[in-house]
This record gives sequence, C-alpha cells and structure tokens, in this order.
Amino acid sequence: MGMTMTQKILAAHANLPSVEPGQLIEADLDLVLGNDITSPVAIHEMDKMTTDKVFDKEKIALVMDHFIPNKDIKSAEHCKCVREFACRHDITNYFDVGDMGIEHALLPEKGLVVAGDVVIGADSHTCTYGALGAFSTGVGSTDMAAGMATGKAWFKVPGAIKFNLTGKPSRWVSGKDVILHIIGMIGVDGALYKSMEFVGDGIANLSMDDRFTIANMAIEAGGKNGIFPVDEQTVAYMKEHSVRPFKTYEADEDAVYEEEYTIDLSQLKPTVAFPHLPENTKTIDEIKEDVVIDQSVIGSCTNGRIEDLRIAARILEGRHVKKGIRCIVIPATQKIYLQAIEEGLVQTFIKAGAVVSTPTCGPCLGGYMGILAAGERCISTTNRNFVGRMGHVDSEVYLASPAVAAASAVTGKISAPDELGL
Amino acid sequence: MKADGKVFKYGDNVDTDVIIPARYLNSSDPAELATHCMEDIDKEFVKKVNKGDIIVANKNFGCGSSREHAPIAIKAAGVSCVIAETFARIFYRNAINIGLPIIECPEAAKDIDAGDRVEIDFDSGMIYDRTKETEYKGQAFPEFMQKIIKAEGLINYINNKNA
Ligand code: SF4
Repeated sequence: MGMTMTQKILAAHANLPSVEPGQLIEADLDLVLGNDITSPVAIHEMDKMTTDKVFDKEKIALVMDHFIPNKDIKSAEHCKCVREFACRHDITNYFDVGDMGIEHALLPEKGLVVAGDVVIGADSHTCTYGALGAFSTGVGSTDMAAGMATGKAWFKVPGAIKFNLTGKPSRWVSGKDVILHIIGMIGVDGALYKSMEFVGDGIANLSMDDRFTIANMAIEAGGKNGIFPVDEQTVAYMKEHSVRPFKTYEADEDAVYEEEYTIDLSQLKPTVAFPHLPENTKTIDEIKEDVVIDQSVIGSCTNGRIEDLRIAARILEGRHVKKGIRCIVIPATQKIYLQAIEEGLVQTFIKAGAVVSTPTCGPCLGGYMGILAAGERCISTTNRNFVGRMGHVDSEVYLASPAVAAASAVTGKISAPDELGL
Repeated sequence: MKADGKVFKYGDNVDTDVIIPARYLNSSDPAELATHCMEDIDKEFVKKVNKGDIIVANKNFGCGSSREHAPIAIKAAGVSCVIAETFARIFYRNAINIGLPIIECPEAAKDIDAGDRVEIDFDSGMIYDRTKETEYKGQAFPEFMQKIIKAEGLINYINNKNA
C-alpha cells in the first residue's frame, strides 16, 4: 500500500520499511519543544524519572513566550524553573526575553526545523512546521518529558485527508482565509486524528508565511498534523535559515486518502470565524449586519510574521484607528520586530494609533496585554475563539486575516479592505 | 479497576480553555487547578463534584490547547473517568499519559444523562447506567496503551522498562 508524506516520514523515523494507518510505532525525534506553561510540568515529570539526563541537549528547544516578560509572580517562577533546568542541562536552544519569539514563528526562523524532521512540542500549534515538509505535532507535558529523556515518542500512524489547492488567491485573500475556509467546510473535528496533506499547483501561489499559517491551524480542524510538499520556495527558505541537511518525502502515487477535497484558491474571499468556534465561518460579503468591535489584535503564531505586518501596515498607512478601538500589534519574534522597525512598519502603526508590543503570546490565550471585559468584542488574527479565550466568559473573539483585522480597526466594525477603497 | 459515580453531562467540543482557563495556567499545582476545573462552562461543577464522579460528553472532548493541566485538573477534582463520543487527540494521549481513564462510547455518550449513577469496569470496557438500568460496551484500549495505564502513566512505564 502506498504511503502519504506523513506516513513516509514516520516510517523512516521508526526504522520501518512501511507503516499503515492505525499502527502504533515508536519514532526517533529530531526536536522536542516546550514553552513557559508546559515545560515546568514536563520538568516536574522528569524529576520522577530514574534518569535525569536529556537525550540530546541540541535537540531540545525551550521557548519562553506565553507570559513573558513575566506578567506576575507565578509566571516568573515558572520561567525560573525552566531557566534553571536549561542551565543545568546546558540546553543549546533556550530562548528567553531578549532573544525569544513566539515558539512556532521562532523555530523555523532559527533553522531548527527542516523538511523530513519529526518534531513534538508541548503546544498544540506545533503542527506549524508541516509548512516545511516536516512531521510535527502537539503533545502534552508528559510526552515532552519522555521525549526529552529518551528522544522517542509513541504515535498512532494517522490516516490522511488530501486537500488539492489550485489557482491563485485574489488580492486581500491570504493563508488565513484558506485555512478558515477549510475549517468552516470540514468542522473543528473534521480531521480528527488525521494528517491534512496539502498538494496541488496552487501551493506555488502561497508564500511560506501563508503556508505556516495554514499548517498552524490544522489542529483547529482536529488534525494530528498538516503538511506541505517541499518546493523551490521551501528549499530557499531552509537555505536562508538553516545549516541542517533536509530530506524530502513525496507521497506515493497510490497513497491512500480517506477523503479528498479540491479548493480553487481564486474563488476564496476574506473569511471570518464567528464566536465561539473556528468552524463558524462566514465570508466577508455574507456578514450583513454591522459587527462593532472594541479591539483588534494583529499577531500570534498564526499571523505575527513579517508579511502579516506588511499587509496590516499597508492598510493602516495614512489612516487612523477609530477612536475608542484598541489596536494591538505584536510581532512574533525579535527578528520580525526589528525588521518591522527597519521597514518603517512600526512607525506606520504608531502613527495610526496602534500599540506595538514586544513578542509574546499575550492576548491570544487571554494571558495579558489586551484582555477583554464582559460584553467586549475583538477581531483577531489569532487561531482560537473559544468561550473566554481572550478574557471574560462573556467576551467575543472573531478570527480573521491581518488585512481584515487592520481594516476593521479603522472602521470600528468587521470590514474588508475594499471598504476603505483599497 | 472500577469506577462508580454520579454523572456530569456536557455537549460537543468541550475545549481545554473551558476545562481550565488560561488565566489559571500560571499554576501547575493539581490541587489548585482542580478548584477552577470546568469553571467557564459550569460554575457549579467544583462545588458539586464528589470523588469518583464521572464526566460524560459528546464529540471532540478536550479540543484546543495541548495543556496537560486540563486532564490534571479533571483528575485532581476527583473525576474517575471521562466518557465521550470522541476525544480530541492531544487530550486523549495526555489523559493516558497521566493515568486518567477515558472511554470512547457514542451510545453511552448519547443516552446517559446528568445525575445518573454510572459504573464502569475498565477491564471489560463495560459501562452500566444504574439509574436507567442500561449497559454499553466502550472501546477497549490497544495493548500498548493498556500497559501505560496499568503502570499509571507514561513516566512509570518508561521507568519500569529501564529498571
Ligand atoms: S500565539 Fe497563541 S496559539 Fe500561538 S503559541 Fe502562543 S498562545 Fe498558543
């Protein structure tokens, strides 16, 4: 039986000639990731183990990003616990205030993940690296602890869904709209336990940043991972960011898919997910009533990359955030932050009345820096709009692209850039 | 191993943000997490839950973040088992890895109501609703997972293997 990209990578890492869906395997890991919320729990679990050695100090990444710079005493203590662990084990890839970034934007940028890798991370959006042609998936802290100690993890080999992308997206349609469209179509459990394999000639029309955004939200459809084939753009990206050798896996001709969808990117429109699930999508022209907002957040591991900021700046340039609306822009890494300063984007944001923050997850998970009060509404480029995700249980989050979030900040209601004559 | 308790019933897509909201994630202490368990979906839960009680829900239970704090909070609140139509995959593996018994059983998830008294036999995978006098066969775990559960979690399982 033919194998998909995901199945081939897993077979290679389990030292097996082939694998099939449902099979339980133990695979070698190329990288184990944790953050300031999940790592302390993993470290605590490691303390219970008979070994206190990590399997490879180069293959562990610890990224302090959710509550840092620390928002309170407890989060400071968590970071301290991780910092001490990193120091004790001489962990090479430990990133703290000053050189950190949101983990899923940071790792590819630092060249720590390349095509063909198997990566686990104690964070659900670890699936982001599928954009590079790697198998990467979110796990819990106990898996992270076991991974750090043994360099291995158990997996159930997933079945697959094929998404054949064709055509070219129109202006103001981005990777975010593609993935929101897909989640709206298949639902938040539409890909439960499965790998989402993206193929087709439309991929050439999606930038790496678009692909990161799409793979990032595979988990929002319940997927185990999302994965893209490796093309010229991927190779160029890896060469620019990494010195590690990479390996390309292509799906077999006779690979088996449980479902197949074809999506013509040229037909997609800016899409918004209404509260309280990412599957509650409407295209912008389907929103007939005015959805008045209080806040607009542009950032996160989904949409805090340089291209996202460029799009937002293009819209905010020469305009002003509507009075009474808070617009919060969060570059995802220090490098992106600096680039945004050098390109003049930060100036544009500040002149437009937005605030620009140091990299952090912050409001994305209702941590800090933009928490909503009861009854408030936020349009956000983040990835989840669950009840209470950004603050009070009676607040609301609408998910959209940077273009829509920026345009909405100007009009004070959910809007497409066209409404501004763009 | 058996579970026996009163049922708390929830619907589809119970996500990890309502099981344990992020505003409490600056703690990793199970007892403290337990005091906020299910807070954003059911304020009464922590007041009413007794040791051994059972959560029953519909599809995609535990979707969202990878926070292990979610099954930890449920376990520390005294819940002996979660029955659902389906589980989100990270929650599923986290529950197994920390030794919180979970069972997939669409029929039981559909029929059982809040307040029912339910008994579960983990060895056979049988679920008995003592209030309704009905019974259901839940999905049994593959052998490999049974070993992890028997060892009371992945860490012990690895320790035993290394011993
Ligand atoms: S930005 Fe949001 S979704 Fe991404 S890692 Fe941070 S909290 Fe999670």
